Amino acid sequence: MDWGSIFELSLRELIGVQAIVFALAAIGINVQFGYTGLLNFGQAAFAAVGGYGIAVIVTTYDMSFWLGLVVGIAGAVVLALLLGIPTLRLRADYLAIVTIAASEIVRLVGRSAWGRDVFGGSDGITGFSNDFYDLNPFSEPLELGPFEFRERVLWVLAVGWTLVAICTLVVFLLMRSPWGRVLKGIREDEDAVRSLGKNVYAYKMQSLVIGGVMGALAGMVYSLFQGAMQPDVYATNFTFFAYAILILGGAATVFGPVLGAMIVWFSFQFIDLALRGAIGQGYIPDWLMDSNDTGAVRFMLTGVVLILLLVFRPQGILGDRREIALDAR
Amino acid sequence: MPDDNVSSLTAKREAAVAAFADVPREPGAKKPDPILVADDVKRNFGGLLAVDVDHVEIQRGSITALIGPNGAGKTTFFNLLTGFDRPNSGSWSFNGRSLHGTPPFKVARAGMVRTFQLTKALSKLTVIENMRLGATRQRGESFWRAMLPFTWRSQEKDITERAEDLLARFKLDTKRDDFAGSLSGGQRKLLEMARALMVEPELVMLDEPMAGVNPALTQSLLEHVSNLREQGMTVLFVEHDMDMVRDIADWVVVMGQGKILSEGPPETVMSDPRVIDAYLGAHHDQSLAELEQEFESGALTAAAEAELSGDVAAAPSSEPQAPPSPTEDAPIDGGPADEKPAEETVAAERTGDTKDGR
Repeated sequence: MDWGSIFELSLRELIGVQAIVFALAAIGINVQFGYTGLLNFGQAAFAAVGGYGIAVIVTTYDMSFWLGLVVGIAGAVVLALLLGIPTLRLRADYLAIVTIAASEIVRLVGRSAWGRDVFGGSDGITGFSNDFYDLNPFSEPLELGPFEFRERVLWVLAVGWTLVAICTLVVFLLMRSPWGRVLKGIREDEDAVRSLGKNVYAYKMQSLVIGGVMGALAGMVYSLFQGAMQPDVYATNFTFFAYAILILGGAATVFGPVLGAMIVWFSFQFIDLALRGAIGQGYIPDWLMDSNDTGAVRFMLTGVVLILLLVFRPQGILGDRREIALDAR
Repeated sequence: MPDDNVSSLTAKREAAVAAFADVPREPGAKKPDPILVADDVKRNFGGLLAVDVDHVEIQRGSITALIGPNGAGKTTFFNLLTGFDRPNSGSWSFNGRSLHGTPPFKVARAGMVRTFQLTKALSKLTVIENMRLGATRQRGESFWRAMLPFTWRSQEKDITERAEDLLARFKLDTKRDDFAGSLSGGQRKLLEMARALMVEPELVMLDEPMAGVNPALTQSLLEHVSNLREQGMTVLFVEHDMDMVRDIADWVVVMGQGKILSEGPPETVMSDPRVIDAYLGAHHDQSLAELEQEFESGALTAAAEAELSGDVAAAPSSEPQAPPSPTEDAPIDGGPADEKPAEETVAAERTGDTKDGR
């Protein structure tokens, strides 16, 4: 087995585009769920709206890429308002139901035959990323020791990690401010916050919008990297991956979602390659599993790791143990 | 409070009591200077009329107790007044401003702040953060300015100072940086009260401030409540602890089955036959003649008073021990706010217990 190449390929995933996309989505969920206690199970819908914003504006309507960015973000804001207005006055579980339904609605409308002219049906939309790559300042591949990044990837990584840094900074600034304090208060007990003269509904709405916009950024980065906007990427498992990442890294921590995303995508790649290598070398017998099974086995192993984590470190990697201990009282 | 303030303490109390001198001892009595006036407030839960208040006024600068048996509608009335629940009809005004249909946060901003029967400390926030949250009109609570710390830092410093003063007064300063969830039940009650004061209210509404509090803390909580009046605030509180009502209330409003049954100073109210009936249940298992005889001899009143003060040991032997009949007791005691079966409620009432099992 070539451990060198396994590590190299896994480390690429550590800082790869998938890590960026899920870090952004998880930062958004962190604002909503980690700090405000809003169960948004529809982060995939926000990501899809972001991706469709660019794809539809550029490819379908042949308009400017920049307008596409604006439409994608505005779309996420509108979606958050649509979901929030009826549900945020109700108990938390209603938002969960509505958002998970909305995320499927967005995906199914996107892949429907009815909307094929606009959204491209189940094949999705391609050919909208040229403007983005025209902005690429990198003209040749970058070599860093054993790593080599092609210029396209380099550009996506640079933009993506900048976005992650900005979002993390925004969360950091917000959560140490009185605004963040109100959010955390709402998470603990919204009636208490109401009784202190805070407009809880408005704060929940702001939280939903901000988290949703970060989700839209995730979708934009991913579809620009792929050069294609495919609705089925944004199925509900997109959302649950982001949740798993957030819980792994530590909900209600500033760097938790970023760390979680890096670890998860590193581990996925590492487990996959290590299993393939072991099968290739005959360390794992054929009757147990072959190389086609690695995709499923890595999810099983990830599940085991998450269960162990919740048993032995329920606060996540970066979380504060004392906070979890309070729940047990 | 320093000792030299003791004279002014009593002065405030005397002023409050004096204000009630000419107020008739009857439900819905007019007060000389009401801060809160409610008219015809009704709230239905299904077929049950949980609150049905014709008229009530709360005197400014006084401590008013709202008492009544379990399920009398006290907490529901609180919820209606503070906007946490909506009435089927009615109107009420605070400082002359109508609050009907006003959402809870605006009620609080208007200067009417409540606490909850089940304490709502924000567990995963530290004590000082709980306190800071209470301050109103914070610049840093707007989204855009939140990201620019220099716009709110000086205000935050002032708020922190005020919070620390209050914490010191409530003897929570040593807990400043602990999570609120790690405090004891009594300390949480103190924190909740201190946090409510951060809003700088004119009217403080305390829903069972003594519930679940260790007796050792009771005295200091009592002092804190009466101190609120000394600082010029008006207090309205719901309480089952009759000692507390007797000690600090200037005026008592009694509710039963959603209605205001009686009003008056503590001593008067506690001997009011309507109040005694509400607490003990109607004397359905006695003949009228028997009841009358007992009432005239004063035994019934004395027994009821002993019961009201929560003195179980002195519970009278003359009290009828027949099992309570649910058909007659249910409408009195099995109110909407508590889901306990009527019999259990009656039993709890008899032993002077409250909802919190004290």
